[in-house]
Amino acid sequence: MNAAKHRPLQIVTLVLGFGFLYVPIAWIIIFSFSGYVTDGGGGFPSLHWYQALRTDEELVGAAYRSLRLALLSSPISVIIGTLAGIALGRLDRFPGRAILLALLAIPIFAPEILLGFSFLMLFAALQAITGWEQGKGMMTLVIAHATLGAPIVASVVFARVLGRDRSLENAAQDLGARPLRVFVTITLPLAMPAILSGWLLAMTLSFDDVVTSSFLAGPETTTLPMAIFSSLRVGVNPEINAIGTLMLAGVAAVFTVAFLAVTIGHRAKSKRVLQE
Amino acid sequence: MTTRRLSAVDRSTIAIPLIWLLALLAVPLMAVALLSVRVVADAIPPIEPLVSSAGGHWAVHASMRAYHLLGADVLYRSAFLSALVNAACTMIGCVVIGFPIALAIAQAPVARRNLYVFLAVLPFWTSFLLRAYAWIGLIRDSGPINSLLLSLGLIHDPIPMLFSPAAVWLVMVYSYLPFFVLPMYAVLESLPAELLAAAADLGARPAYAFRTVTLPLALPGLISGAVLVFIPAVGEYVIPELVGNSSTIMIGGILWEEFFQNRDWPLAAAIAIATFLLLMIPSYVLRRWLGPLGTVKQ
Repeated sequence: MNAAKHRPLQIVTLVLGFGFLYVPIAWIIIFSFSGYVTDGGGGFPSLHWYQALRTDEELVGAAYRSLRLALLSSPISVIIGTLAGIALGRLDRFPGRAILLALLAIPIFAPEILLGFSFLMLFAALQAITGWEQGKGMMTLVIAHATLGAPIVASVVFARVLGRDRSLENAAQDLGARPLRVFVTITLPLAMPAILSGWLLAMTLSFDDVVTSSFLAGPETTTLPMAIFSSLRVGVNPEINAIGTLMLAGVAAVFTVAFLAVTIGHRAKSKRVLQE
Repeated sequence: MTTRRLSAVDRSTIAIPLIWLLALLAVPLMAVALLSVRVVADAIPPIEPLVSSAGGHWAVHASMRAYHLLGADVLYRSAFLSALVNAACTMIGCVVIGFPIALAIAQAPVARRNLYVFLAVLPFWTSFLLRAYAWIGLIRDSGPINSLLLSLGLIHDPIPMLFSPAAVWLVMVYSYLPFFVLPMYAVLESLPAELLAAAADLGARPAYAFRTVTLPLALPGLISGAVLVFIPAVGEYVIPELVGNSSTIMIGGILWEEFFQNRDWPLAAAIAIATFLLLMIPSYVLRRWLGPLGTVKQ
């Protein structure tokens, strides 16, 4: 679709739409700087809740644990998901294609609780069979998050590989490049933008997961979403606003850099095209 | 394309994810299905062994009790029903709010579109718990909305908005909106502008052109976006738990309770399997419009 300029109706829609999306986020940020405590002290703006956060070892510990979990599990999701996405996108038919598609669709269509539940059953069975002591720990969380992230990566990579013209790969092959060399020097680099965005998605998914983790985490491995969830059952806790604001700042920083990189990259590319 | 022989690289791109996902998704799901027919016991884990031998006498402990309970007890049926109704309402809310947003982004000047998509997706990257939490803060009795209405003198007592079905609906629409806006935008953006131009040249007013050109072409995207909202919404546990009340107990909450509080693992497993099967039906019926892996079929 194309239109030269904004129309009034569009502007109203966008303002209302983005207002709806951003008012709650604005509340988190503004309230995090309020020094209001129940006994009536404090004022605005204040860093009271940020200071309280610094000494809250439980919440800070959970935040580090979640970060570590996301950093450990997402690369595994990326490997599994990229391979699956490339296989599905590049090869029209192979034995097991339908099974692979069905397996990748499970985490998208199955309720989260079912997934958490089935991971628990798996690890419980492993524990019973092998006497593996690590029943509820970081390891089980990493494996579960890696598995849940893989289909997301696969669908992003698949979408990118699917519509692509295969002439580069065919040319390389005709010129005598071995399959592994074609894969590493052509297939992977071409899929890289999708792999990177899949990686970010898998990381977010892991950092955000509360349901699956609740089934798998032990008392020593409470993740940040689990800590936030249990604190929310009690009520509003401005420390959550403070940690939320820090998380928002982190996400906004990463994405602004990514957005600018893409935009500048596009401009540079179109400039080159124009010069030619 | 002709089928060529699979190279070793091709075979490993197939085999590695296939083995990983079979071992970690398919096998555990089978285990849950098997668990649903097992017998509860007062032990750790709280189930009888599937096969036991006492004095050389072998016995298989299995029963359909969980499924009978599911069919018989009105509690479970109403929880399934309320989960379906809630998911349908969430889906309708997302379509009604999300379609105009997606259309406005698709009709915006090309240079601005990326920025708008970026802005629409950004909240999606922040923790969804945090977004639910923000609504708790906004709509609670002492929150800014009630404070504002009170200080304007429009109301004398705070309106109780939190812990209601409406609160669940609001927070769910808010949380699931990006799932709808993104595929919808992708489809609307790819519609050829010439078609609308042709309709206009032939004398169609914008509203008529929208109804006869844009909407039919956008329908597959609309349906796939709606399904992407509906399916996860049915199993949602966290949002009803945080902002709902006893009337919004949904299937996720029941499963959670059976597993963690009542320690009736076979029943929890039966609920999980029944929900999964229930969700497979709409995705099977709608497969005409759905590409693989939730992508939009063009």
